[in-house]
Amino acid sequence: MTEEIIIAGFGGQGVLSMGKILAYSGVMEDKEVSWMPSYGPEMRGGTANVTVIISDERISSPILSTYDTAIILNQQSMDKFEPMIKSGGLLLYDGNGITRHPVRKDINIFRVDAADESARIGLSKVFNMIVLGGFLKLKPIIGPEFIHKGLEKSLPKRHHGMIPENERAIEKGKEIVYALQEIA
Amino acid sequence: MANITDEDIRKPENLVYSRTKVLTENIMSYCPGCGHGTAHRIIAEVIEEMGIQDKTVGIAPVGCSVLAYNFFDLDMQQAPHGRAPAVGTAVKRLLPDHFVFTYQGDGDLAAIGTAETIHACNRGENITMIFINNGIYGMTGGQMAPTTLPGMKSSTSPYGRDVATMGNPLKITELLAQLPGTIYVARHAVHTPAAVRKAKKAVRKAFENQKLNKGTSFVEIVSNCNSGWKMTPNQSNKWMVDHMFPYYPMGEIKDTVGKE
Amino acid sequence: MKELRLMKGNEAISEAAIRDGCDGYFGYPITPQSEILEYLMAERPYEKTGMIVLQAESEVASINMVYGGAACGKKVFTSSSSPGISLMQEGLSYMAGAELPAVIVNVVRGGPGLGTIQPSQADYFQSVKGGGHGDYKLITLAPASVQEMYDFVGLGFEIAFRYRNPVLILSDGAIGQMMEKVYLTEQKTRLTNEEIREKYPWATLGKVPGKHRNIITSLELESAKQEKVNIRIQAKYREVEKNEVRYEEILTEDAEYIFVAYGTSSRICQKSIELGRAKGMKIGLFRPITLYPFPSERINELAGKCKGMLSVEMSAGQMVEDVKLAVEGKTKVAHFGRLGGIIPSPVEVINAIEEKLMGGK
Repeated sequence: MTEEIIIAGFGGQGVLSMGKILAYSGVMEDKEVSWMPSYGPEMRGGTANVTVIISDERISSPILSTYDTAIILNQQSMDKFEPMIKSGGLLLYDGNGITRHPVRKDINIFRVDAADESARIGLSKVFNMIVLGGFLKLKPIIGPEFIHKGLEKSLPKRHHGMIPENERAIEKGKEIVYALQEIA
Repeated sequence: MANITDEDIRKPENLVYSRTKVLTENIMSYCPGCGHGTAHRIIAEVIEEMGIQDKTVGIAPVGCSVLAYNFFDLDMQQAPHGRAPAVGTAVKRLLPDHFVFTYQGDGDLAAIGTAETIHACNRGENITMIFINNGIYGMTGGQMAPTTLPGMKSSTSPYGRDVATMGNPLKITELLAQLPGTIYVARHAVHTPAAVRKAKKAVRKAFENQKLNKGTSFVEIVSNCNSGWKMTPNQSNKWMVDHMFPYYPMGEIKDTVGKE
Repeated sequence: MKELRLMKGNEAISEAAIRDGCDGYFGYPITPQSEILEYLMAERPYEKTGMIVLQAESEVASINMVYGGAACGKKVFTSSSSPGISLMQEGLSYMAGAELPAVIVNVVRGGPGLGTIQPSQADYFQSVKGGGHGDYKLITLAPASVQEMYDFVGLGFEIAFRYRNPVLILSDGAIGQMMEKVYLTEQKTRLTNEEIREKYPWATLGKVPGKHRNIITSLELESAKQEKVNIRIQAKYREVEKNEVRYEEILTEDAEYIFVAYGTSSRICQKSIELGRAKGMKIGLFRPITLYPFPSERINELAGKCKGMLSVEMSAGQMVEDVKLAVEGKTKVAHFGRLGGIIPSPVEVINAIEEKLMGGK
């Protein structure tokens, strides 16, 4: 199993930390992982993205030009990464702020409206965990017990009280994710 | 008195002065008449008197005293030009029970090494800095220094230092006294026995201060450069008193030890 | 079981230094490596092991602090990124001349000048051909993973002290910023001054009564003596070249064409090999781990067995010169690179080897 993922959105949406939790959970399940962020000034209010690879084998390049999964959280990232998804791959996005929806016919397209949901339940801080939940529903590459351990490792100790809230958000994401296009 | 022979004079009981063991027997490379030799001697004497030869690390600069490590019988490091305060910072941080001193000329300390000098003093590094100011680059043949006086001739200011185009002489010692990191800042000279005694007292204090671990101690020694100034040793000392001293006045500039 | 963590390359450097029993770090912030200093400041190793951490006023000061610490026989290191490493060249030359051991980490960014903060490999020449003035070499290690960032700190100190010469860890912004799994080593204790005197009798720790004083200098005004010093230092480099060459090979056994790449580029090439092999291309990777000493001998052997080599670098073509020298005309050598902080994609690399060595697609 090798899963090559790009997570992309605005700085402040928790893109990098979602990737870190996913990667750390992979470490806990004894998988090979890499987490490669875009870094620099573009992070300050602009777009942010991170490439996460989880694999049973040694990882070659941490930097990729095509992905198994793209998790998209803003329009700029949709424009940039939709064309870079492998044929038969997965595009998961939050429809909030998306004006040009995906058009590819050869990929699976799912929506998880995490921004609306987190606003509705008043928990904007776990927005990214709702998205992560959506992804894990579609690709259960890591078991829930390892996600729990990943949260423990990724979050500083003083935030460990928030782990149950994060896990509820992941469950919420699994509930609300829905298909727009499923290919055979 | 008339019947005392040379042999009598050399008898141990008649000895009134001898070379400190903290100086090596190497013949100094400094020009006859230069103040460096005396400055070396008083530092070495202070180290001997304090009994810290085995716990002292000296940092030599680039300039006339680049070879200072040949003359001090101490563990010594030779630093890149101007960087002695940075080198000394690490030595003292890593050997906090040792005594660390830098020995630097005006070009080294007040031109190329200004940043390292100011920041070491500003951090209050617990070291002793000895600054030899003779207003000229002696080793490289008498070029203008940051401390060259207005109107003073050098090989790169052959018509005299024009402050409008060449800038003003830098009173770095006064500048360093402004920094909270310095605990002791003084200016002395070594051209007369009386001056040597005062300078030695200041050097002693600057070394003793390291036991307190409170900040940087800095002693400037205004010196002559008879070769670079193209004078005899006597002329150069007189010139130093008449011209250097008014611009770089002698005395204690700052002493916060025991005054908190 | 070994302790396992997910860490950034930069953080791995800092953690490795603490655990290796390092005595001091002196550095100045610059992107993309500031996490090294930040991590050390946050960890407060001075409370755990006594390791000193100091933010210097400049890279010039940092390297001279390293000079001072190394001259005391202490395990000290600094880190920076390209423009800062340029500022350190004077100090590095002095350290090589005074024969001082230390580790220097360069998390390379794109140049020239202020350039970009994105990853680059354009500091190869500076690293392996001298960088500063005079006849000297930096022993240069090129990590390609976060684990190697960690491992090469300890290895770097070991080699540095073995030969009394600075060791450079030549990384780049991608490896510095990315996170991977790292297996951590046990905490080593720092050497005492007495142990240092024993192991490194040249260290300036204060003159032992009755013994000769120690002097650390790179100065020798008499040319005849300076030449002797240089000959001795050169002999040391020949030893380094004999003993310290390190490299890794991936699928070179049956490869008709071989990528030569280090660091981040070598990771990209591994992906290109996956893609190319899936299409039936017989390609492999030769990854120099030491850039100085360069694994010329092995490259020469491989050159006799393959149809061509492509040096893939995030530069305008620097290592390719050493590959060509090593190959001695035995096979075709070409270069592919992206500049200014652009990382080439695995597909671009495949296209390049087809176009430059295989006579088009």
